[in-house]
Amino acid sequence: MASAQSPGQPSAASAAAQSSAAVPVPGAPRTLYEKLWDAHVVRVDEHGTTLLYIDRQLVHEVTSPQAFAGLRLAGRRPRRPRANLAVPDHNVPTADLHLGIVDPVSRLQVETLEANCREFGIPLFPMGDRRQGIVHVIGPEQGFTLPGMTLVCGDSHTSTHGAFGALAFGVGTSEVEHVLATQCLLQRKSRSMLVSIDGQLGRGVTAKDIVLAVIGAIGTAGGTGHVLEFAGEAIRGLSMEGRMTVCNMAIEAGARAGLIGIDETTIEYVRGRPLAPPGEAFERAADHWLSLNSDPGARYDRVVRIEAALIEPQVTWGTSPEMVVPVGGQVPDPAAEPDPVRAASYRHALAYMDLRPGTPIAGIAVDKVFIGSCTNGRIEDLRAAAEVARGHQVAASVKLAMVVPGSGLVKAQAEAEGLDRIFTAAGFEWREPGCSMCLAMNADRLAPGERCAATSNRNFEGRQGQGGRTHLVSPAMAAAAAIHGRFVDVREV
Amino acid sequence: MQPFENFTGCVLPLDRANVDTDAIIPKQFLKSIERTGFGPYLFDEWRYLDQGEPGMDCSQRPLNPDFVLNDPRYAGANILLARDNFGCGSSREHAPWALADQGFRVLIAPSFADIFFQNAIKNGLLPVVLEAAVVDRLFTLAIGPRALEMSVDLVAQQLHPHGAEPIPFPLDPFHHHCLLKGLDDIALTLQQEAVISAYEARRRAAVPWLFADC
Ligand code: SF4
Repeated sequence: MASAQSPGQPSAASAAAQSSAAVPVPGAPRTLYEKLWDAHVVRVDEHGTTLLYIDRQLVHEVTSPQAFAGLRLAGRRPRRPRANLAVPDHNVPTADLHLGIVDPVSRLQVETLEANCREFGIPLFPMGDRRQGIVHVIGPEQGFTLPGMTLVCGDSHTSTHGAFGALAFGVGTSEVEHVLATQCLLQRKSRSMLVSIDGQLGRGVTAKDIVLAVIGAIGTAGGTGHVLEFAGEAIRGLSMEGRMTVCNMAIEAGARAGLIGIDETTIEYVRGRPLAPPGEAFERAADHWLSLNSDPGARYDRVVRIEAALIEPQVTWGTSPEMVVPVGGQVPDPAAEPDPVRAASYRHALAYMDLRPGTPIAGIAVDKVFIGSCTNGRIEDLRAAAEVARGHQVAASVKLAMVVPGSGLVKAQAEAEGLDRIFTAAGFEWREPGCSMCLAMNADRLAPGERCAATSNRNFEGRQGQGGRTHLVSPAMAAAAAIHGRFVDVREV
Repeated sequence: MQPFENFTGCVLPLDRANVDTDAIIPKQFLKSIERTGFGPYLFDEWRYLDQGEPGMDCSQRPLNPDFVLNDPRYAGANILLARDNFGCGSSREHAPWALADQGFRVLIAPSFADIFFQNAIKNGLLPVVLEAAVVDRLFTLAIGPRALEMSVDLVAQQLHPHGAEPIPFPLDPFHHHCLLKGLDDIALTLQQEAVISAYEARRRAAVPWLFADC
């Protein structure tokens, strides 16, 4: 692992390992990451650790109770309560909302969030509010996420917000508490990696396929200790929804954060959002944001280039997002893998997934289909899936195909466009917003042995339910799998 | 946080790469609003043969005899040895809470996921990054008829596997300092109140829209 280096995590190769962050030379070209970092340095201590200012924090029910308890125990108050926004998402049911949360443990966690927000003055979108949804969907939707800011959340997929040219990363509960109390974090600068997706994508190939292909190329630890800046013609051509999909899974490549430069697409998405600066202030802010992009000639620690035209629709076959192949490919053979540790992981994964080497991916039958999550639960994702589902029927062999919008507002928008009727006519279930079967903390889950085409981001063992088998795909590929009862190349249907 | 003290313990060889946080502590246990009590559910899906739910009495559950944590040779192990990218996946601090609750104090791997690494330090767990070849040698020593005993010296930044050469390990000086002293870093940051306020005043002038809330 040549690249194993994180903020403060030493690389195995050098005992005296320090961050690569060199002292900035005034006037030298800087990357977007360096500009964001430099603008947020409060102080550097004698150990070289930076006190970094955090502009905003998103809060959800799973990783915050112990942080609030810590504040209470120490008699501390949030420094800027309104720099936070809280929403329950992981535990919320996606059906029969009028019954509330049936599981008493889940209910207690959501009620604890509500009580903590009341006690500490944190703004909250409670269950039942139409703005409620997955943290990483509602932040951008509300304009809480803005270009040029630092944003954290007790959730690894906070990398999503990097799509706005914001430095956004996931933190643990101790750090949630640290940010609440101080509006700062102790950090070390990461290395930088440019991931350029050159040229144009082929028809039927989406943002999800880009990011899966990147992870397949660099591996799940390939980005460890790095901030990934995605660039190139194919990235510039993506909508904000697509860019969020790409940055969302930067964490699956091991990266600290994902970033995409700020352009007119960014500015137009943010304009008019409830929490975006209004009127004239917006124009001033937009000028500032555009100045933050990486300078020509800025240096990266590593550069990866991928030809967009070579990317095909991707399907994961194993229990790590790096275990991915194009839909036209086959389940690989561990015997052909020279690295013994990797070969052992492949064998474990194949046993867990109940797959045999050499099996063509197209043709693997699925039991369930899940369309949603912070990776692919936005309006454009639902449009893409509906496009494939329109006028077809979910295969009889598929036990459940569900569509879970990422937020109440995404749901309302989809219904205004008639997408819900396309889905229900095709035999999909149309659910209430939340994390749902992305991690199966609510009632939506796989039974042992069930195989699922999922638009979420993790195919770990047990992620969607103990013994469940997850294949990660794009929304269009998931819808096609639902219709055919097996994986097919969406470009051929 | 308790200061980290030198100790001698025994090594659990968990011979897997990419051990993710869902494997370390499955999601159903994240519903707890406490910081403690996660130890019995550590590696739940690998460790038990039945399906784990919060609140279960784990002493009554059927153990998976093939999982290394259940091997009597390694009873009481407090040093965990694993392969690349340990702790990948979610940011859940429940993962280090569960490891610490089970009694682990040191984790050794060729690399750790970033967020997990930070979370471990914050909870007084020492993550040791060693070259893959060195980790490989440790696996050979640890997977024997008897468990490998090892002394851990944080002050000198050395591991002493019994019967083998000492192994120096790298650590960020700030992390070294925090672990040794058991520092509460929120209290440390709060001492910088004046510097933070001065920063906020400067930022408020430059990017007022980020301070519209207060
Ligand atoms: S949708 Fe999935 S990955 Fe995203 S925040 Fe929810 S649980 Fe995490």
